Amino acid sequence: MTGKKKRKLRWKENIPFYLMALPGLAYLIINNYLPMFGLGMAFQNVNFRKGMFGGDFVGFSNFKFLFSTQEAFLMFRNTIGYNLVFLVVGPVTGITAAIFLNSIRQKYASRVYQTLVLLPHLISYVVISYLVYALLNADAGLVNRVITLCGGEPVRWYAEARYWPVILVLVNIWKGIGFSSIVYLSSIVGISQDYYEAASLDGATRWQQIRHITLPLLKPTVITMTILGLGSIFRSDFGLFYQVTLNQGALISTTQTLDTYVFRGLMELGNLGMSAAAGFFQSVVGFLTVITANAVIRKFSAENALY
Amino acid sequence: MIQSKQEKRFQALSHAVMIFICLMTLIPFIIMISSSFSEETEIIAKGYSVFPRGISLEAYRYIFENAAVVLRAYGVTIFVTISGTALSLVITNMFAYVLAQDKVFLVKPMMLLVVFAMLFNGGLVPTYYVYTQIFHVKDTLIALIFPGLLMNAFNLILVRNYFRTSIPPALIESATIDGCTKFMTYIKIVLPLSLPITATVGLLTGLAYWNDWQNGLYYMTGSKFHSIQQVLRLMVDNVSYLQQAGVTSESMQIPMTTIRMAIAVIAILPVLVIYPFFQKYFVKGITIGAVKE
Repeated sequence: MTGKKKRKLRWKENIPFYLMALPGLAYLIINNYLPMFGLGMAFQNVNFRKGMFGGDFVGFSNFKFLFSTQEAFLMFRNTIGYNLVFLVVGPVTGITAAIFLNSIRQKYASRVYQTLVLLPHLISYVVISYLVYALLNADAGLVNRVITLCGGEPVRWYAEARYWPVILVLVNIWKGIGFSSIVYLSSIVGISQDYYEAASLDGATRWQQIRHITLPLLKPTVITMTILGLGSIFRSDFGLFYQVTLNQGALISTTQTLDTYVFRGLMELGNLGMSAAAGFFQSVVGFLTVITANAVIRKFSAENALY
Repeated sequence: MIQSKQEKRFQALSHAVMIFICLMTLIPFIIMISSSFSEETEIIAKGYSVFPRGISLEAYRYIFENAAVVLRAYGVTIFVTISGTALSLVITNMFAYVLAQDKVFLVKPMMLLVVFAMLFNGGLVPTYYVYTQIFHVKDTLIALIFPGLLMNAFNLILVRNYFRTSIPPALIESATIDGCTKFMTYIKIVLPLSLPITATVGLLTGLAYWNDWQNGLYYMTGSKFHSIQQVLRLMVDNVSYLQQAGVTSESMQIPMTTIRMAIAVIAILPVLVIYPFFQKYFVKGITIGAVKE
């Protein structure tokens, strides 16, 4: 049999594989690749009726408009600022919970705790916005009731932008602590018990063991997670910033991020050009930051790299 | 034993910290549940509280008797979750199996397509354009099933890695020698072996469908196919939503505050009921996803 014939035969043999891959490939093309062709809309006077390529070419003027507004400054400041804070409080709260979870001897209790802290991770932001609303509603909210009980003045939370950085960070911790504690717990469990036994034979206290064994050995995981987080520094959790704030206009100065801006431009304001420009920036620059982050991770711990 | 006293103190501290975290986690849920069982007038007068204010089933009674919108939305969510998850599992599992055959011609480029799609995307505006102007999904059930959720690249790679590590190639070979076609081998041998990972991925996908509200936000303008999440979203700050939707039969007083919370409780009920039994799978989904290969 000649080589060419052999290859042809193999190709035929593999047809079932190609058929099985077809639905997945088709979805990938429709859902992921077709929209990529629309990235050029950022350079057009966008007009949906004229199609993805039909709008008049306007060069960088969408970007010029976008970056000359005060809004652009706000949304970049917010997106980056929140992400940086999340990158610090996420690991701190997650590792704290993981260390305490790990040291609990009673397996049953430990499982109950794990089950409970993961609960917020399974709830949609719509339901979370209800929980927050029950706490912060101006009249019936629990927080204002407590404030008045203590003799303070009730606060109109949904009208005062300055409180929201704190509120959103708390909500983010509340939702994320279960997830990150499980991630860190799985690395802590992987640490060899020999270290701890040797340390306690030498008379090291629990705190010393945590400080000198657990934390240093968690460092690679923390660094990996941090770099991955830095890679997505231009992304934000749409549900947190749009739904938990109940889309209140009064809060925009501290809650507008790139994602909420793109959405509002597209759906509420009809500001398609600037919306497309902000989206383009997020896709392209976001891609570059992720690639860079991954290259950095690859350099010092290849097994943690994304690909 | 000096250690044991110190150890005891540390154990107590660990429990105390975890109990504190769990309470912080639970209190908002407890407020939601107890206010759904409260008297409407009490809540309005005294505010939300951790303990029910008077016991009343009025909100739930009202929902089941009058709020056809809510029940319909619940039906939409159940339908979308079941059909979406089933379809997703079929597509994902088959594609993942092919992606695991990296010696087959063209499979490596396919994998590249998947990885690139994880790192780069067109963003909301072009995606919205593709779905509304090319595929016209607006106000159809497809809009709740198709965009974004049907195949998740992370899940795909999770299943692929499972195929690569947990299915002995000898098994496939012997089936081929026995004259089993590729597709029959997949159905009869591979599929049953992939049950554990399919369960994990199925739970994660089902949860994503159940909780999804963004597809509704983007693609639903009419109220024909509102999901339960979307009804909730529209109600949170809009007391009159249920009236607008034409549910009020008489001019009776609607217990809006408690109804709102009752609908939220109904929306998370399946998650709360199912979760404790499958907690293991959710945790597995997180840890294998985080550790990768």
